[in-house]
Amino acid sequence: MHQEFLMGNEAIAMGAIAAGVNLVAGYPGTPSTEVLETVAKHRPQDTYVEWSINEKTAMEVGAGAAYAGARVMVTMKQVGLNVATDPLMSLEYIGVKGGMVVLVADDPGPISSQTEQDTRHFSRFSKLPCFDPSTVQEAYDMIQDAFEYSEKYKTPVFLRSTTRVSHGYASIQVKDEAEYNKNLPEGFIKDTKRWVIFPRLSYQAHINIEARNVALSQEFSSYDKNRILYADSNRFPKKGIATGGFNYTYVSEALKALGEVKLLKVSTPHPFPEALALSFLTGLDEVICIEELDPVIERELIYIAGKYQLPVKIYGKLTMDVKNSGENTLDSVMENLTKFLGVNPPETSALTEADKAEMPELPVRPPVLCAGCPHRASFYAVKQAMKGKKTLFAGDIGCYTMGNAMPLDMVDTCLCMGAGLGIAQGIDHIEPDTSCFAFVGDSTFFAAAIPGVINAVYNQANMTLVVLDNSTTAMTGHQPHPGTGQTMMGDVVNKISIEKILKGIGLAFVETVNPLDHNKSVETVKRAAALPGVKAIIFKSPCIAIVKSDKCLSVDHDKCINCRKCIREIGCPALVLRDERVVIDDSLCTGCGLCSQICPVQAIGGEQHE
Amino acid sequence: MSKNIILCGVGGQGTILASKLISGAAMNKGMAVKSAETIGMAQRGGSVFSHLRLGEGADCPMIASGCADIIIGFEPGETVRLLPYLKKEGQVIVSTRPVMPVTAALAGSDYNGSEMLDYIRKKVKRVIAIDTERVCRELGSTKIVNLLLLGAAVKSGALGLDEEDIRKVILDRIPPKFHELNFKALEYAKNI
Repeated sequence: MHQEFLMGNEAIAMGAIAAGVNLVAGYPGTPSTEVLETVAKHRPQDTYVEWSINEKTAMEVGAGAAYAGARVMVTMKQVGLNVATDPLMSLEYIGVKGGMVVLVADDPGPISSQTEQDTRHFSRFSKLPCFDPSTVQEAYDMIQDAFEYSEKYKTPVFLRSTTRVSHGYASIQVKDEAEYNKNLPEGFIKDTKRWVIFPRLSYQAHINIEARNVALSQEFSSYDKNRILYADSNRFPKKGIATGGFNYTYVSEALKALGEVKLLKVSTPHPFPEALALSFLTGLDEVICIEELDPVIERELIYIAGKYQLPVKIYGKLTMDVKNSGENTLDSVMENLTKFLGVNPPETSALTEADKAEMPELPVRPPVLCAGCPHRASFYAVKQAMKGKKTLFAGDIGCYTMGNAMPLDMVDTCLCMGAGLGIAQGIDHIEPDTSCFAFVGDSTFFAAAIPGVINAVYNQANMTLVVLDNSTTAMTGHQPHPGTGQTMMGDVVNKISIEKILKGIGLAFVETVNPLDHNKSVETVKRAAALPGVKAIIFKSPCIAIVKSDKCLSVDHDKCINCRKCIREIGCPALVLRDERVVIDDSLCTGCGLCSQICPVQAIGGEQHE
Repeated sequence: MSKNIILCGVGGQGTILASKLISGAAMNKGMAVKSAETIGMAQRGGSVFSHLRLGEGADCPMIASGCADIIIGFEPGETVRLLPYLKKEGQVIVSTRPVMPVTAALAGSDYNGSEMLDYIRKKVKRVIAIDTERVCRELGSTKIVNLLLLGAAVKSGALGLDEEDIRKVILDRIPPKFHELNFKALEYAKNI
């Protein structure tokens, strides 16, 4: 063993490597992305890693490898699990041969997601065991435990993380390479009674799964990461706190100031460690549940209290004693606990309440497209081309969701990966006089948009698809995809052409244009929009975070008439006001030239190198 | 010894690298480190933070209100936003250079950070404010804001790390071609 300073997601990856993982597949999504990237960076030579085109495919690739006896990890964020649900729900019945861990990172807040869904529910729904680490060290240890349980019970298991575990850093104890487990896959053994799902098999499997989960609940009651702490608290002998996952660390910090209170730490929310929880509840009058997302632990405790007729009151989200949405914080948990225990919180802050009331109004900073982002130019071109027309701009998931911000205001809808295409068609069928556009990024195109294009062509929709191709998966940190010609194994492969796919589907109009050429872009959009049927424009220009620019523009204040059209029209973060004049922030400008093309007096120019 | 450190600013300003240098320096001294930071959508021009907890005994990587020994602010408004985290007698290091949000530019706002700096000076006793824009011009690089703030934090004594610790971690973690510039910034910060 030795010590390393790791991010939670890196710890999960290194834990999987220590467990002898043979194959890792996933799709990027905050806060899960670094797990797969770390495996790719540190993988032993015979470990296979891929960014699959979406989570469903990753799950299926993972299932195949696990059928062959490989140890497998599949990685995704919580909404990615929705995409992978179809194979997973059937895989629950079929089971696996090699250990298979489904790593899902939940996002309380949500900070970078569409939903606040709780994978612990998904684990109950799919009847699959779930491990829920509270610290970086536990994440490292529990992914290894998860592989053992998966193989012992021949079932996929969840490792559920949340943002603060995934993105927290800690110095932890990790294994030396010599201590790593080695797993040599036996290979796939044909057996149709085992690997081919049929109603009869599912019926029998269902019986086995229910019995297994009863046994697992027993086993988890003595799992060393499910624990009762401070059982002999003198100060609050009739009160208890139940928590799990990252929230355990919030509670633990609060109790340093408040004193010991009997505590149940749940690391396997499903199957719930019922015997341990019964022992925790016995003798208590009141229990508060501190957890994020849904009241999973709370409902389990209410069930157990009812089942065993215990005279204990359970407080939490269901009783509105803990907030039922958003992220908990050290402060919110301290407030929950002081109220529950009837004590006062410690006063340590430099600011009094009166000081806080005097605080000046703080700048509001919604996330925006970077200075020089080609998406800004694409949106602006479509906006200019369609000025005065009745339009619908369906957005999608990626950096370009930020095209919603003022002054662009070019995202009318956003739902989930690839949904913009279907939404544009639905609105077209009901409102034929609206010119419907769907914007989709290159990675999202491969992940989720192709069926929508085929549907549009087949069902005779009228719409314009705008592919915002910046040659990377930008939002999650620049992962490669089929259009980039690179794989996570380091191979350079043929790039799959979006243009050829669209032409192959049979679109009559497919044109690729550089969005930073403003006039040509506007003209292309106008031509496309005027045609009937399904049309596509591919705006191709690389992400500015990948292709670094050494250019920078500046405003010639002798020419500038201070009309501020540049700021008003495109809202680039590099265009700022200083002493009532527009200036270009040289630390942000990439010299993309969009502002210089719209300046009415050609006052923006130069291309100085820094 | 244990220290709770908060770094804050606007996405893209380099708070994460500064946080890595501090944690690296602490690790070099054999200290346990826990940290948490903003990753994801907010990095695109939004408010970002890093929480750092040095020393044994921290269960949680996050810092509670009123518990930070020091706040290192890369932007005046963002420093005020996180000021409730500062403990009594805590230290603030702040760059005076404002970053104007697009929303403010659109509204024709005159946000220049001065109101924020006034508030910080009024409410906090131990403040070091650095005109990073001027110093960057003087030293000929926009990439040294990090080291200027870090140098001032070291000098304040509130970081629990000394100059030698930071020099060592710069050698470890930063490409050699930037060493001289970073040392120059560190040296400059000592004399502020």
